[in-house]
Amino acid sequence: MSNITQNASDEAEFAKPLYTPIKRRSFFMYAGATAGATALLLSGCDDDDNTNVTPASGTVSLGSGDVGVLNYAYALEQLEAAFYAQVKATPAADFSATEKDYFNQVAAHEAIHRDFFKAAINRDAPGKIIPTLGAADLNFGSIDFTKRASVLATAKTFEDLGVAAYNGAGKYLKNPAYLVIAGQIVSVEARHAAYVRDLISNGSFADDSIIDPVTGLDKAMEPVAVIAAAQPFIKVKLDASQVGK
Amino acid sequence: MNILRIIEQLSEVDADVLGRFDSRRAVFKGLGNTAKKGALAAAPVFVASLFSKAYGQTAAPSILEVLNYALTLELLEEDFYKQMTAAGKVPAGAPAGAIALILKHETAHVKLLSDTIRSLNGTPRTGIKFKTSAFPADYDTQLVVAQALEDTGVRAYKGQAGNLMSNSALLQVALQIHSVEARHAAHIRTMRGQTPWIPASASSLPAPLGPVYTGSTSPREDNIIQSGVNITTQLGTPYTANDAAASFDEVLTMAEVTDASRAGGLIA
Repeated sequence: MSNITQNASDEAEFAKPLYTPIKRRSFFMYAGATAGATALLLSGCDDDDNTNVTPASGTVSLGSGDVGVLNYAYALEQLEAAFYAQVKATPAADFSATEKDYFNQVAAHEAIHRDFFKAAINRDAPGKIIPTLGAADLNFGSIDFTKRASVLATAKTFEDLGVAAYNGAGKYLKNPAYLVIAGQIVSVEARHAAYVRDLISNGSFADDSIIDPVTGLDKAMEPVAVIAAAQPFIKVKLDASQVGK
Repeated sequence: MNILRIIEQLSEVDADVLGRFDSRRAVFKGLGNTAKKGALAAAPVFVASLFSKAYGQTAAPSILEVLNYALTLELLEEDFYKQMTAAGKVPAGAPAGAIALILKHETAHVKLLSDTIRSLNGTPRTGIKFKTSAFPADYDTQLVVAQALEDTGVRAYKGQAGNLMSNSALLQVALQIHSVEARHAAHIRTMRGQTPWIPASASSLPAPLGPVYTGSTSPREDNIIQSGVNITTQLGTPYTANDAAASFDEVLTMAEVTDASRAGGLIA
């Protein structure tokens, strides 16, 4: 009987906890009070009329400040999630069973990242989220989803780009709780990148093409450069010029 | 921006919120001064500094301490891979190539961190060695240790990001090392026939490696709640606990990592 009750209110249950004091409380316990206080600064800002999202003539601004960084991550995660959803829906004919299984897991990770950012932005900065990037807004025309090599090459591009994006954006975050979350996600992206690279060529998980052999450093890219690299796959124009500013 | 509303919200979770400020009077005097300057845009900055002053950890490690901590872990990893190479059990070909590449990166990280510490007029740690008695004789167990070191390294760097926020350049460098450790971890895990990412079912590795995937103060790696959001049930679409756990890596604190039950116990 309780199952029926729960099902009936499923939709409300999904949204509700993101707004209740109870959840804020657990967020504090997890993130620490300094971080929580900063999150409250954002939630305390909804009386302000400074608009971060100003779509004009087909351009979507990712916004400024921490919300801009979160929207930037949300845009990239939407791109990755949509790509892997297609990989999952129409797996390459020459994928092995393990590869299919692993890419289904990667698809779930990226969908989780996407949905998490959506929930976090709507909770912490109501009204500031960028529009959803739907199938009509994306351009996967250059990818042959029936061929393993084409899928892997695109996955490598997206994962390496994602790692460089998070590495370059961390310094723009003011809220330490967001920085930790970004760190929790970027290492998973790096694991994906290593996996995909090893599938293309075993041992290339961190080869000299991506890791500087002298400093041992991964790449870090600025938001504008990352969006420029991602833009061929996104029809709507994204403006990252104010991210973190 | 309504500071009273913020303080009110904060009082929901912290009854002592006002007691944390220097004094009530000081708070509002400061606010008044800010407002007088007409710097409305500066108000959020003022409030942020107010809260970080009220809640800031008094024992946060300095940047040099963080860098020397990172250097300690890099020295430990470097020496481990040197011992692994010298032991001669790594099969030629792809495995030897991977270990050599990883060793090259750890050596590079040691140099980079040491140079950085010196440039900040600090004294870089030296002489950190992997405990010989803990070094496994067989290749398979050597890989287990490598996995423990890499996955711990990922958690350790992640745990210090917040302590480097005051220095953008160093924070970025730390992040650029952090993702390299994650790539290493993914490859070592793949060499061991595991998923490159950490599933919910990952448990502690055999002694003396200890609880690599648990936490005493930090969340365990099978954690499914991020920023107060239950990933399996509160994102509009249900996700499995395994995918929820694997999609986020977790931090470890300095105290956890250096504890004798974890990496600290592997230092000679």
